[in-house]
Amino acid sequence: MKQDIILAGVGGQGILTIAFMLDSAAMARGYRIKQAEVHGMAQRGGAVYSHLRFADHEILSDLIPAGQADMILAVEPLEVQRYLPYLNRNGVVVSSVHPFKNIPDYPEEKSVLDALLELPRAVLVDARQIATANKMPRAENMAMLGAALPFLPFELADFDPFIRAQFERKGEAVVQSNMAVLAQGFRMGMAVKERLDAGMPADAAFREPHANL
Amino acid sequence: MVKRELLLGDEAIALAALDAGISGAYSYPGTPATEIFEYVQSRAAEFAVRASWSANEKVAYEGALGMSYCGKRALVSMKHVGLNVAADPFVNSGVTGVGGGLVLCVADDPGMHSSQDEQDSRYLAHFALIPCMEPRNQQEAYDMTREAFDLSERFSTPVMVRLVTRLAHSRSDVVTSARSAQNALKLPDDVSGFILLPSNARVQYDKLVKKYPLLEEYAAASRYNQLSLSGDRRVGILCNAMAYNYLREAFGGDIPHPFVKVGMYPMPKAMIRQLVEAVDEVVVVEEGYPFLEEALRGITGAGKPVHGMLDGRLPRTGELTPAVVARAFGIEVDSPYAPTLSALPGRPPALCPGCPHADSFRAVKLATGDAPRVPIFSDIGCYTLSFYPPYNAVDSCVDMGASISMAIGAAHAGLHPVMCSIGDSTFGHSGMTGLLTAAYEKLPMTVFILDNGTVAMTGTQDTLLTGDALVKAVIGLGVEPEHVRVLSPLPKNLEENARIIREELEYKGLSVIIPKRICVQYKR
Repeated sequence: MKQDIILAGVGGQGILTIAFMLDSAAMARGYRIKQAEVHGMAQRGGAVYSHLRFADHEILSDLIPAGQADMILAVEPLEVQRYLPYLNRNGVVVSSVHPFKNIPDYPEEKSVLDALLELPRAVLVDARQIATANKMPRAENMAMLGAALPFLPFELADFDPFIRAQFERKGEAVVQSNMAVLAQGFRMGMAVKERLDAGMPADAAFREPHANL
Repeated sequence: MVKRELLLGDEAIALAALDAGISGAYSYPGTPATEIFEYVQSRAAEFAVRASWSANEKVAYEGALGMSYCGKRALVSMKHVGLNVAADPFVNSGVTGVGGGLVLCVADDPGMHSSQDEQDSRYLAHFALIPCMEPRNQQEAYDMTREAFDLSERFSTPVMVRLVTRLAHSRSDVVTSARSAQNALKLPDDVSGFILLPSNARVQYDKLVKKYPLLEEYAAASRYNQLSLSGDRRVGILCNAMAYNYLREAFGGDIPHPFVKVGMYPMPKAMIRQLVEAVDEVVVVEEGYPFLEEALRGITGAGKPVHGMLDGRLPRTGELTPAVVARAFGIEVDSPYAPTLSALPGRPPALCPGCPHADSFRAVKLATGDAPRVPIFSDIGCYTLSFYPPYNAVDSCVDMGASISMAIGAAHAGLHPVMCSIGDSTFGHSGMTGLLTAAYEKLPMTVFILDNGTVAMTGTQDTLLTGDALVKAVIGLGVEPEHVRVLSPLPKNLEENARIIREELEYKGLSVIIPKRICVQYKR
């Protein structure tokens, strides 16, 4: 068993927080882990990514080799594009559809979305809507983590202790809201996963939930 | 107690040093090394260790050397260019030798993720005749650092542990081992070794030169240097630590050729000779500069064809990746997806919304107008990001403290007005000596010290010189108090700030303008 995941987003979106939660969950399940991340300059609003690898055997490289990622998990839709050369043939893209525009030449939103819809296996989630509906506007990262979970060897409940550890000092309400955001993201991913498990071909399974995008 | 912990490469170094019984840790913030010291600091009370930031890397190194002089163990950590600043004590500590174990962890930044160059610290270790250990994963970072302290005391030498960004900032599970007690205070039996008067220094240097073969013997027997002669002998591979990982990844598990992997220096020459004898040609793969490759090629060659960075088999610049290594051996990289969007804009880092530096540079622009352009010699910190649009504000960024000193040269060259900008922490690091020089010469310059009360770029570490203390220091260095102007860089003060800046630009002497507002990232 091995899982290679590229986490992508913009500095300040909480990429390293979900990386740390996935690390912790993998560690709790006894997997070996490598997780390379970006510190320093890029965290000032630049493109931020993390290479997260876990496996039931020794992992050699801290970087995921090109063409071998099983998943790109993105909190920002444009950022997916940068890492597509890492994705393997059957790799899944799980991305937020909500753009983070802090550059003057951000492409037209529709073209960014259309480019994602061209991919054969993309789970697109309105993380902004989920986060704001739960009054946690900065929790888009948690919604995306939730959406990715059905495709990873974890249970939703695995993350309760890590969410608690991360948000406990902000009070029980914040802990509960983050859990709700995670669960709602999870249901978005599950909608696709259930179609696949029911034997629907990937094309249809991934596309149908996006008919309204 | 043996435990399995999830640690960054940086944290593995720090925890190993704590477990090895250090009494002090010394550093100045710098990516990718910052988290080494931060981890020690986070557990300093629990381990009864002294840990507070130093003003710069030279001070940090000398602090560690002083701790070692007193018989106790010390860790000093810095980024690669920080070692340039600390090069003087580093090189000379090889000559003095040490008391308690002294380990320098230096983090190189191939690919320049957060640096102005990608210099390879192995050359500095070699230059100073100091042993260097190079971990290939977080576990080795821990194990080597533990060993480095013992090695340091056994041979009375500082030991360098060299990290690169990918290891410094990558997490993995690490098995730790039992803690050692701290050393007792013990002064040197003979202080002459630490008094590098020429008469003593000649004795010490002779000792160092004679010590080196013993270090070579130690390294030759190290488990971190590995020779394998199995596999296809048409090609042999000489690699260093991180390159070894990428090679195994590229070959899908094991390296199918004879190879030498170097994890400890002085480099294992006998092993490398054995490899060269056994194969038809050698490919050198290393993260960093062509250090092993140049040694292997020498002037007259290895007697066999050698491939590497110097003949273009591997790229000379940038970071190694599994794909780069695979391509060097003609292994096809199956990468089925390319970007599906036709034009992909970059997303460089930027000043944060509400950043005080942005307001400072807006005031400067307003004060100087659009043309003719007045250059701003600048420095290393978040404010360097004002190079990018919409600010396009700064005109140089070379090394810590260079802003003021380069402005001195520009004033000498006849440029007027001369402006330079530097942050509060960078000023404390290396700016004060430049300002002292400018004040002594009474040069017509306008120096901006951007006081945001923290070391912002590396993650808001403590700054040693801010607020009133900064103003006092500036005056103490000889700047006329009436030309030390403290501003509040806020949008509502834009006009007023621009007016003050204009006033000081018109003054034909030395002015220091201090825009003072706390960093928006600062949380305490």
